[in-house]
Amino acid sequence: MTMDMELTVNGSAYQVSADPRRTLADFLREDLRLTGTHLGCEHGVCGACTVMVDGSAVRSCLMLAVQADGCDVMTIEGLERDGQLHPLQESLRDCHSFQCGFCTPGFVMTALAMIEEGSAPASEEELRENLAGNLCRCTGYQSIVEGVIEAVRRTTDQSASAQGAVEKRVS
Amino acid sequence: MKPPLFEYVRVSSVDEALDRLTELGDEAKVLAGGQSLVPLLSLRLANPAYLVDINRVGDLSHIANGPVVRLGALSRHRDVERSGLVAQSHPLLSATVKYIGHIAIRNRGTIGGSVAHADPAAELPTLLVALDGEIEARSSRGVRTLAAAEFFEGFLTTALEPDELLTEVRFPVLAAGTGWSIQEFSRRNGDFGVVTVVVTVAVDSAGRISEARISFGGVASTAVRASSAESALVGQTPSAELWKSAAHEAASSLDPSGDLHGTPQYRRHLAGVLTERALVEAHGRVEEG
Repeated sequence: MTMDMELTVNGSAYQVSADPRRTLADFLREDLRLTGTHLGCEHGVCGACTVMVDGSAVRSCLMLAVQADGCDVMTIEGLERDGQLHPLQESLRDCHSFQCGFCTPGFVMTALAMIEEGSAPASEEELRENLAGNLCRCTGYQSIVEGVIEAVRRTTDQSASAQGAVEKRVS
Repeated sequence: MKPPLFEYVRVSSVDEALDRLTELGDEAKVLAGGQSLVPLLSLRLANPAYLVDINRVGDLSHIANGPVVRLGALSRHRDVERSGLVAQSHPLLSATVKYIGHIAIRNRGTIGGSVAHADPAAELPTLLVALDGEIEARSSRGVRTLAAAEFFEGFLTTALEPDELLTEVRFPVLAAGTGWSIQEFSRRNGDFGVVTVVVTVAVDSAGRISEARISFGGVASTAVRASSAESALVGQTPSAELWKSAAHEAASSLDPSGDLHGTPQYRRHLAGVLTERALVEAHGRVEEG
């Protein structure tokens, strides 16, 4: 028996019904056709299916779709705005942080949550720990870490310069 | 790799949850953070007829300070990890929670869920057994409080009755001046430890050990205390040799089983090495009083 639910995905409101046994990952991929969210292990180990739910990174294979009733979900498809990539995506592109690309959406959403929470890591070691829940079978970790470091640098520079602009206006 | 069919029951209060659990009995499983239960469903290792989802229950997410830190069953690991209150009053609890899974797991996973799941390698049960913590369980028959030692009965098995809901977990705060340490060895960051050890050490004004606690995860069907090593430490003057002999005593008292992560011998060896490190670190944190 399906259940009616309402949720927001990437800014669009949906009124849908879902089978309770459907995971959020399968719901996003099969029902909403948002296939950017990838499924690797389907039991919470690989991190490929990471999405943001109400601003926090979660594994969409470990959440039932019906549990997202009333929630605000963001997937990899929600990052780009009017053809403009998110600074995190640009940084990853510029640092060649991809090999086969399968794990990329999960890494991006994990890194995005970290950046948006404002919990930019103090060291590379801490950054690696924050990303440790995402597996890359190509083992392309070095370039992924470099890409995320670059993104942290660009986004904090951006907010620093925005802060500078505010201060200038005040004085 | 898809969950089997089940009936989904969403409840919005503790009373409603208790009513449904009374009615459905052992046909039902409680769904909290889902970070252990959903994989079990997907792997078809669990096949409950009903899932009672308690995520919308409003009054189970508290983090309360005092001589005992009381955590509502639905408090998320990440909230406990980031709680300044917990960091201040119970740094050992803060440190322990950081070992649980990864950020995305800790964002959803709950304190009550981890304790009720009772994985013998999980960090929170190891800590609860170390601290003689308590678990509060409710049913429509009433409320009861269980000591950690009686709550964990075996591998993924607890003293919870099918109609009971775990509502609160209580972590006694360490006495002032007590040193502590948690040491874990895992193959990958975020995995359950192959062996985990939690140690606390208190020293009296004469410089002798007045209390020692050593608790292991990953070496038996539940978390276990190394009581012979604990009593051997009490009354002794701290020294490098003492830590070494106590660690050896603790490791020899264990009878771990082997699996693909390690043989019994390897686990016993790890237990010794980690215990010695933990005793040294805990003693370094002691403030003599």
